[in-house]
Amino acid sequence: MDIQTSLYEGKLIRLGPIDHEKDPEVESRWTHNLAYLRLLGASPARPVSPAQMKKKYEAIEKEVEESKNIFYFTIRCREEGRLLGFARIDWIEWSNGTGNLTMGVGDPQDRGKGYGSDALSLLLRLAFAELNLYRLSVVLGEDNPVALQFFKRFGFMEEVRRRKALHRDGRTWDLLHLGLLADEWRAQIRNDGNES
Amino acid sequence: MNHELLQGKYVRLTAENPEVNASAEARWWQDSEYFRLLDSESPHLWSEKKLKEWFEKGLEKEDPHSFGFSIRTVEGDKVIGFVALFALSWKDGDTLAAIAIGEREYWGKGFGTEAMNLLLGYTFRELNLRRVGLIVFEYNLRAIRSYEKVGFIHEGRIRGAMLREGKRWDWLMMGLLREEWEARQKEVV
Repeated sequence: MDIQTSLYEGKLIRLGPIDHEKDPEVESRWTHNLAYLRLLGASPARPVSPAQMKKKYEAIEKEVEESKNIFYFTIRCREEGRLLGFARIDWIEWSNGTGNLTMGVGDPQDRGKGYGSDALSLLLRLAFAELNLYRLSVVLGEDNPVALQFFKRFGFMEEVRRRKALHRDGRTWDLLHLGLLADEWRAQIRNDGNES
Repeated sequence: MNHELLQGKYVRLTAENPEVNASAEARWWQDSEYFRLLDSESPHLWSEKKLKEWFEKGLEKEDPHSFGFSIRTVEGDKVIGFVALFALSWKDGDTLAAIAIGEREYWGKGFGTEAMNLLLGYTFRELNLRRVGLIVFEYNLRAIRSYEKVGFIHEGRIRGAMLREGKRWDWLMMGLLREEWEARQKEVV
């Protein structure tokens, strides 16, 4: 990796800005599948209209501008630019070099095709080689084993188990905090380099 | 059972006017150790005026996802710190708790432990939440001991989440479930 290698271009996807004209319709559609929202976190899942989504995008860009500790990206098909998902690194504490990652691929049909992996590789490089973070956290529910396996594959370690912190469908689940350190990521990149 | 939820033997939990909170916190924040036990961000020394404006903003509308109280001593009726619930999720019955004692002469004497016990009673008996979590820095041994004493269980550590004085420190996360807290109440009685 060098200065010339794009931070945003993967093999299948690219990280891009929000398209305020086209994206609201697409992401609004995703939110009507509450199962998708439940995978993203603990806040109450509810569908979002295109008009509400437009407002959300404006709020996101305002927050990014004012807070200086949030980075927000859309995940798009590398070639034709179709919207696939989003990624967000927030809660950045610059003095400690810490941040929190959330990402999602919206349409179930787009999952399991390598888009998420491609995006996460880029996001880790961005977090550790550009933002110079020391560590990155991910919070997810025990009821999302696919994401747990996904992040573990990239070296994330389970660090905290907040017992019964999630309440859904009349039962409770643990909330898991995962963490990946910059050193661990660097070692992994070196190994990958040696193998290829 | 004691039904005066906010009244303890040594302290009680109160709601104070903005000027009381602002003058106390402006003073406490000038104690760098106080801030470093409480917060992982870089500290600012805010003026009393600025702090008062923030507390006044709180008067305009109630935030359903946080509860804050001042800690007043029974003897001397002095404001010595605060407790708070934040990031409260009603649907999950989960919240995070925070506590700080700003007046140093009250450190290590059980005032904080009693204040936390009052906050827990309020959380489980009035708000009917199902669990309380908290974050504590690994160098804050006094606080860790106090939390263990009121029943919090260690749930894990966020590795190296803080860099201070050239060293990496973990954040410890602890949690207490309603049923664990209830079992302890029976033991005490």
